Amino acid sequence: MIAWTIYVTFAGAVLLLLSPRAFARWIALLTAFAGLALGLIELVRTPIADLARFTTIVRVPWVLALGINYHLAIDGVSLTMVLVTGISAVSTVLFSWDVKERQNEFFFWLLLVVAGCYGVFLSADLFLFFAFYELVIVPKYFLIAVFGSTNKEYGAMKLTLYSFFGGMFVFVGILAAYVTAGTLDLNQLSQFQFSPQLQSWAFPVLFFGFAVLAGIWPIHTWAPTGHAAAPTAGSMLLAGIVKLGSYAGLRVAMNLFPQGFQMWGKWIVLLGVIGIVYAAAVALRQHDLKFVIGYSSVSHMGFVMFGLAAATALSVSGAVLQMFSHGAIAALLFAVAGRMIYRRTHTRELDVLAGMSLSRVLPFAAFTFVVASAASMGIPGFSGFAAEITILIGAWKTYPVAVWITGAGMVLVAAFTLRALKQSFFGEARSTVQLQDGRVALDPDWNEQQTITAAEKCGACLLMFATIAVGLYPKLLLDRIMPAVEAMRFLQ
Amino acid sequence: MAGLITTTIFIPLLGAIAVSIWPRGNFRGVALIFTVISAACALGLWRDFNTALAGLQLVERCPWIPAVGAEYLVGVDGLSLLLVLLTSLIIPFAFLAQPPPRGGRAFYATMLVMQSALYGTFTAQNFVLWFLFYEMSLIPAFLLIKIWGGENRDYAATKFFLYTFLGSVAMLLSFLGIYFARQTFDFAVLASMAKNGLVPGNVVWLAFAGIFLGLAVKVPLFPFHTWLPDAYQTAPTGVSMVLTGVLSKMGVYGFVRLLLPLFPNEIKIIGPWLLALAVCSIVFAPLAAWAQKDLKRMIAYLSVNHLGYCMLSLFAVAASPVVAARIDTDAALSGVFMQIFSHGITAATLFYFAGLLEQRRGQRGIDDFGGLMQRTPLLCGWMSVAIFSSLGLPGLNGFIGEFLIFKGSFAIAPGFAAIAVIGLFVTAIVFVRAMQSLFSGPLAESCSAFPDLLPVEKLVVVPITLLMFAVGIAPQFIFNIFNTTVVQMARLFA
Repeated sequence: MIAWTIYVTFAGAVLLLLSPRAFARWIALLTAFAGLALGLIELVRTPIADLARFTTIVRVPWVLALGINYHLAIDGVSLTMVLVTGISAVSTVLFSWDVKERQNEFFFWLLLVVAGCYGVFLSADLFLFFAFYELVIVPKYFLIAVFGSTNKEYGAMKLTLYSFFGGMFVFVGILAAYVTAGTLDLNQLSQFQFSPQLQSWAFPVLFFGFAVLAGIWPIHTWAPTGHAAAPTAGSMLLAGIVKLGSYAGLRVAMNLFPQGFQMWGKWIVLLGVIGIVYAAAVALRQHDLKFVIGYSSVSHMGFVMFGLAAATALSVSGAVLQMFSHGAIAALLFAVAGRMIYRRTHTRELDVLAGMSLSRVLPFAAFTFVVASAASMGIPGFSGFAAEITILIGAWKTYPVAVWITGAGMVLVAAFTLRALKQSFFGEARSTVQLQDGRVALDPDWNEQQTITAAEKCGACLLMFATIAVGLYPKLLLDRIMPAVEAMRFLQ
Repeated sequence: MAGLITTTIFIPLLGAIAVSIWPRGNFRGVALIFTVISAACALGLWRDFNTALAGLQLVERCPWIPAVGAEYLVGVDGLSLLLVLLTSLIIPFAFLAQPPPRGGRAFYATMLVMQSALYGTFTAQNFVLWFLFYEMSLIPAFLLIKIWGGENRDYAATKFFLYTFLGSVAMLLSFLGIYFARQTFDFAVLASMAKNGLVPGNVVWLAFAGIFLGLAVKVPLFPFHTWLPDAYQTAPTGVSMVLTGVLSKMGVYGFVRLLLPLFPNEIKIIGPWLLALAVCSIVFAPLAAWAQKDLKRMIAYLSVNHLGYCMLSLFAVAASPVVAARIDTDAALSGVFMQIFSHGITAATLFYFAGLLEQRRGQRGIDDFGGLMQRTPLLCGWMSVAIFSSLGLPGLNGFIGEFLIFKGSFAIAPGFAAIAVIGLFVTAIVFVRAMQSLFSGPLAESCSAFPDLLPVEKLVVVPITLLMFAVGIAPQFIFNIFNTTVVQMARLFA
């Protein structure tokens, strides 16, 4: 059933190419919604016990001669990732409701990214996995290069080349696994005993390849420029795509090469912790709101890496939860910055925004941003807190020093978030700017004289609901993530 | 049906005569009719071909010059059939793609002669016959470049001719040497004797070097590739498509059919050097492509890179000192065949698009265009598909072949394969850079009057793109053609 997320989304994408313009956004919304609904049905209907293993749902021979199967499977981790993809897909479509130019094409690329993500999260065959993984690069490139804003060509190219660069390492790692074990089935591979020597080099190669896409310090530099260049929908989806990297790191690299992981784990912790602190510090000095958020995203992904590398059941589950939480929060932040603010003011410069005092003219946007910031800072009650506390508690046993440093880093996260919040919404209004209720100032350059639309409100509410629901009741997901994580080999 | 291969070979030749004596009118139409008939015959071959059997099928044999052991011997196995089908696909495509040249009559006649020669090369199983067809394709190619080429055509045509001709002469001498030692020209018979060395003593190395040189120039393999960018760049669109789509496969075919079966011991000895050459092709060619300003030249260099993958895999299989596992050999060889086919359609399509751009603009420097996405979205979209296919993106044809090649050669020669992966990345850089400057950015003034894809052009582009997707998503139907041949060859190398 859950496999239909992939088919429905691809079908929706193809349908978009054929349908008249007027239906484009409705088709996109329906498709995205269908994907989310399928994920929710799976969440409700499947017994928790079934999600503890990577259970096959479809398995059809594809290229017989070479043992390549079309093989999909699901466990708690995959389901969580599918859900967050569904949520960001729906909200992304809602936030792109008034795209004017080349609508069909826009939603086509958008749905392709989503379908590719579903594919990666559900693949249980290494070949299929790699195919989906690489496939996502293309629509992403077009979304940014065609529909982006600031410096879009550069951003698109940087992102694509980084992805291919990482893909090169992933390819070598996958070949090493396939050639040695003689199978592409992830379940069989995770039972196979690779020699320690192979693991010692194959793990870092593979993990590095995935880390490029996950935006790990110091190979994160594509992320802020990519986010800034991307259209809002693109940024929101990019926040989802970085999860492809971390998910793959967990599902493939760590699961296949546990001994290699043990050898290199402490270095990943180091990178993760540096990423958390460094990105937060850099974000503190940014002037472009999207760059601030881009760096906050890097910082959050640092938490994911830290949680994965700390290698306890709790910390890894926390990392998976953090992936979910980051998907919702980053999407929310980008939506406010790119859609609600930029579309109306045509600037993302914090200094300029500070002069507008937007909280008075865009109260809903201000509210959303406050919620998102709170979640991003890790205030209890939001998903960010639930995830980060799980990671820190889990990591305490193995890396206490790192936990201390991260704790300090969280202060920096709070600092830059509050700074961005204050400057963008609660600055001092200058008297020269004329303000109107519900609209931004009447300047001919600020041409979107528009209040926050219903579509935007729906999208924001969905994301806020997700982060609060998981924040208040993390058990909903953790119950499904934990057993699946515990079943993985590197913990045993 | 008996005689089907012969029919396939000679119909284009008849067509060439028909075009030459046709009073006046639509020469292209006449040429197309003959091409399509022979393509239909090729499809008939596919129908009659039993994919479950290994070895040559539909063999036609009759004595020709018994004194020198020359026979008219044609037959197809999986590899031959694949290449015959590829030829049947590319040539009509090239006819449609080529805007009618001046002196159309002669052009179409020459192309048809080349088609006939190509069919012959891929089906002949006796050296004398094979060599005849092999050379027969050289002269039309030379003429097509020399007469209908762009600027610099004299230089390019001469260089092309000298390189390939020198290679052919070396190959001929080697085969004469082998004939004097073994008294036969039959490929299969020679291959069966090869285990003990075809020629006594160190002369075998001379024979090996001659054949190697001839084929390496044809593929081309680094460092024998320097004729290629000049030739591909200057040739008219249709000819570039055939050169890269089919002619370059003659070299790869020669390696599979001749060099590897006839000199198994020699290849094992110098294997690492051959692998190194293949890796150089793979890594240096895209670097050179990166530096090119001319679109066609860029694609030409990337062609060297793509055929380098084939060479890597072939050498890995043939040269590995240890006996490789069967599954790896199978993968490597299937990858080579797959890559031959998909490079044929992809590279030809890329040249086609380069030709379309050139027709519209009159120039083809990468910097002469800009912002095409705004003006000609359809052209950009379909061209992107071809580019991504060439990049080896999953879901398109290029990926399958490259994945298998790397899978197979990584198992056998991990070091070389790992270095070769760099080639994939550099190719990506080259293409992304090209897309960037062609499609994105502000619309260049000189491009502001471009028409988007015309209906005729769509007629060419859409089917070939669908084929790319079909091969990428469900490659099994191509595998079926050569599966048993691969298994048989793998046994040979084991």
